[in-house]
Amino acid sequence: MFGDNQFFAVNHSSDEKSRAQSIRFKDDEAIIRVLDQSIETGINTFMCTTHDRIANICKHIVDNPGSYQGFKIFPCMPYAHKYANAVTELGIMGTIKQYVPGNFFSTFAKGSVAFLGKDFVKLIQILIDAEMKMFKGIETPVIFIQNVLVDLILGLKMYDVFSEYHEYIKKTYNAEPGYITMNMPALYDVLEAQGISNPVICSSINKIGFRMSGGKEIYEKYLNEKEFRPIAMQVLAAGALRPKEAIEYLGQFPRIESVLFGASSKSHIEETKELIEANL
Amino acid sequence: MIKGAVLGLGKMGLSHASIVAAQKDVELVAVCDTSSVVLSGFRKFSNISTYSDYKKMLDKENLDFVVVATPTKLHYPMVKYALEKGLHVFCEKPFMLRIEQGEEIIQLANQKRVANQVGFHNHFIGTFRELKRLLSAGVLGELVHFSGEAYGPVVTKEKGGTWRSNSEEGGGCLYDYASHVINLLQEVIDRPVKIHGSLLKSIYSKGVEDAVYSLMELQSGLTGTLLVNWSDETYRKMSTSLTVQGKKGKIVCDATEIKIYLKEASVKEGLGKGWTIKYITDLAIPVEFYLRGEEYSAQIEYFVKCIRENMQVEQNSFEEGHYTDTVIEMITNSTK
Repeated sequence: MFGDNQFFAVNHSSDEKSRAQSIRFKDDEAIIRVLDQSIETGINTFMCTTHDRIANICKHIVDNPGSYQGFKIFPCMPYAHKYANAVTELGIMGTIKQYVPGNFFSTFAKGSVAFLGKDFVKLIQILIDAEMKMFKGIETPVIFIQNVLVDLILGLKMYDVFSEYHEYIKKTYNAEPGYITMNMPALYDVLEAQGISNPVICSSINKIGFRMSGGKEIYEKYLNEKEFRPIAMQVLAAGALRPKEAIEYLGQFPRIESVLFGASSKSHIEETKELIEANL
Repeated sequence: MIKGAVLGLGKMGLSHASIVAAQKDVELVAVCDTSSVVLSGFRKFSNISTYSDYKKMLDKENLDFVVVATPTKLHYPMVKYALEKGLHVFCEKPFMLRIEQGEEIIQLANQKRVANQVGFHNHFIGTFRELKRLLSAGVLGELVHFSGEAYGPVVTKEKGGTWRSNSEEGGGCLYDYASHVINLLQEVIDRPVKIHGSLLKSIYSKGVEDAVYSLMELQSGLTGTLLVNWSDETYRKMSTSLTVQGKKGKIVCDATEIKIYLKEASVKEGLGKGWTIKYITDLAIPVEFYLRGEEYSAQIEYFVKCIRENMQVEQNSFEEGHYTDTVIEMITNSTK
């Protein structure tokens, strides 16, 4: 699966590289060109955040159906920095008011109606719908929640939020709910206890244990013993590992269904794809 | 089981609440905020007690510690009330709005012999720790210049209206963004003792500054610059860096990498002549539970460890936070 970090200047090992990426992918055309190259090499799944600029990419895909037959997007929501920056500037209420469409919130803001638990579930659903709007007309067979939200909920032990999300995604979007996390073993245990079986979990999996909270050993144990559909991300550990040794490491875990990776050139995409196919 | 509560459920408070609740042998028993929306979420999805009045919470709950993550002007009364109850206190940055308040709080915390920590999380980032270690080892020789910088996209439009746009309440780039850099400089290089001049610039905000540029002198006599701007949308998120120049070389350090340039190789440190780059992937502090960055979990793990082992915090004590407040005041005064 092709990821989008490189398009939006997300680089976990260097702010300088991140800036270079931001210059390189200034125009949407540059993103589309690399996306098309990934399709040419046979990768038809794009996993991306609900970043404002993805809306433009989606429009291009919908407008050119001939070029994107069978192309799928796995959306990951929300684009957290959008909300985090807004919370610093506007506060939590201000942010909700800014991003929740319509007048759902004005009734509560005026203080005339008490905000109840059931309204909270409705609020979650409205936010999901708002984030999903840009993907209308595109196949989205798996819909992910970003790690910052998954792990926030996990820490707070608000496990029913996962069940509400799971049910809503299945029912409304006829899609498979996915979870991105930096705490895979802890999340697996919780989802299993919530009755969510064989979940799609995307987490860091790499040879040096980078961003594998609790340690590499417990991750390996879960990859070997538990029943879930793992997707490996950060397999190069933000560039600390060479692609060959990184992918070979993944080869020992037959359960890993997909590998999420990003690249900015066709040769890199091809090289990584070949390595993955040879080892997984 | 250690019992804790979180006061204030904004961005930092929610994140602290999650990290606290995820700690082994720690129970998050209560939270307090004025937002009915946020509290209703806690009531719907958790068993954590919710309060809108902090005194009621601290009176009623049987707590060991409290995390204070409210707007800065509320730190003083809340931290004071918690300390008087004998609780260990973790307080978000910046510490206090007034110097006298900080002095009083430090005295009270010492009297009560409780763990006290301020949320300057950069000290729990491996790269900055490595910078501190290399400077202490003297790899750069005699230091000649430093630059502490932070840029980010917080206020990029002309509007406002929260406490962050009011300097009387601890708003503005100096309190919010620059405090991080001042605190880093102060603990990694040396404490600033004199300001040779400052520019506080409003770009989009009314009433508060969006950028801080300052010429500083440290206790050792080393001079350098503080350059901070929170209205720079060329940065995707807050980006903090320290550059230190010495007679034997230079180090540029941020949260993701540390770049070391040496005129001659250092055999002791295993550093060659020219550039050596070390990445956070090798320097990150491993944590049991991750949310937003190792540093946020590592600082809470450290605070909990200090409580459990009855240790005094050595990193980010109230005293260190208070010194940062003092430098903030020096900068403000230098523009008057």
